[in-house]
Amino acid sequence: MAYRWKNDLTQADVTPKAQYMNRRQILAGTAGLGAIGLVGGAQAQTALEPNTLEEITSYNNFFEFGTGKADPAANAHRLVTSPWSIRVDGMVDRPGDYGLGDLLAGLTVEDRIYRFRCVEAWSMVIPWNGIELADILAKVGVQSGARYVAFETVVQPENMIGVQRRVLDFPYVEGLRIDEAMHPLTIMATGIYGEPLANQNGAPIRLVVPWKYGFKSIKSIVRITLTDQEPPNTWAGINSREYGFYSNVNPNVDHPRWSQGSERRIGGGLFAARQDTLMFNGYDEVASMYEGMDLSVFY
Amino acid sequence: MMSMSATINGALRKIPAWPLYIIVAGYVVWEFWRALNQIGPYLIEPINVLERAYGKAGLILLVAGLMVTPLRNWTGVNLIKFRRAIGVTAFFVILAHFLVFAVLDVQSASRVWTEIVERPYVTAGMVGFLLLVPLVLTSNNLALRKMGTAAWRRLHKLSYVAVILGALHYLWLSRGFQVEPLVYLLLSIGLVALRYRQIVWRKQPA
Repeated sequence: MAYRWKNDLTQADVTPKAQYMNRRQILAGTAGLGAIGLVGGAQAQTALEPNTLEEITSYNNFFEFGTGKADPAANAHRLVTSPWSIRVDGMVDRPGDYGLGDLLAGLTVEDRIYRFRCVEAWSMVIPWNGIELADILAKVGVQSGARYVAFETVVQPENMIGVQRRVLDFPYVEGLRIDEAMHPLTIMATGIYGEPLANQNGAPIRLVVPWKYGFKSIKSIVRITLTDQEPPNTWAGINSREYGFYSNVNPNVDHPRWSQGSERRIGGGLFAARQDTLMFNGYDEVASMYEGMDLSVFY
Repeated sequence: MMSMSATINGALRKIPAWPLYIIVAGYVVWEFWRALNQIGPYLIEPINVLERAYGKAGLILLVAGLMVTPLRNWTGVNLIKFRRAIGVTAFFVILAHFLVFAVLDVQSASRVWTEIVERPYVTAGMVGFLLLVPLVLTSNNLALRKMGTAAWRRLHKLSYVAVILGALHYLWLSRGFQVEPLVYLLLSIGLVALRYRQIVWRKQPA
């Protein structure tokens, strides 16, 4: 079932390693007043160029490791990712505790360059390496009555400062409708730029659902449950007026906290212009799943 | 205790208040320069980080301004001659915070208006900021003389509301349970409550 979706951002958009390691240094070298125009121009030309690995690994939300954007990069080294097992349970034919390697054995890791849109109105372009979730679900055998997939993030209290401070009600949980989970765009990422995921990006395995706000793409997954009930998701539990179950990127449904009509691509510097946010983050192929639903009700 | 505060006050008498303006202006320019060159915390996303840095510095100055009187009442250390500089610089740092929000972050007048009207935490911050405008305009000896001490003091009680709104703004925009904004809010409410108690005391017959 792999290769069901084709990148519109292609392999050519994956920046060679030497370049993604260096772009920041080049920028830093030309920094100063004279560089303002230069940076703005470069941004316009390369709007769909993936962000650098440094950007992707330095600006994160991972509340288990603190609430600041730099906190996960500073604290996530304490996450223990090996050995790693994932409990698969609920309405599946082959439930059990799977070692990560066993669960993924024989499945195809693809390159997927996706736009990534945070509910806080910033965005990146990330060259993921991952496996279609549908392939993993096929491996464990989804029973016919299953309508939703629930996910859970690992809790290692002694290693997670955010858990110690009770920043949220942990473990972090998320969920998808079964058709969303089976959609070819939905992947379980294990790497970025061909390298294993950094801990702050959700090592060793995380969900990536590119047409939804980033908080749906739950990190460091230890449990996958097939169910016939809509599962809870952490942020909707905290504030259901602000965060819904679906949380599709939608510039027309305003969020009480952040305007969703536009976004700022990370990497443009102090004078980065905002750009319009696209419906479903530009992934129109998912629209048919929501036909007949009022997206201002099911936000 | 008395003699120690007297010594401190004696030393403070020799220090003028004007360097505070230079220091705070220097801080604003320095952080902007670091954000422009994406140095340190500004490496990846300078706009949001600069917005937060200015916002927090402004709130710290506002809270510091509220601490001057209780500090004198409790320890005898008298920082009153620095209070105007603290308040005025707080206003300008918060103005810088607003400008980063409006010009660099939100980037259009219509979006600024939408944010202020539709997002309660922005509304709270904006109202707090606007309350500081008459205060900064009257933070000079001429205004004090023209208004008279009683009226001037009454007007400047707006700073109590402004500080609490500023702290509320910070708590409101924080996601999840965070201690730091909560500390600022409790500190602000506590410092204002101290004034209220003093007012009540003064009204009681001796």
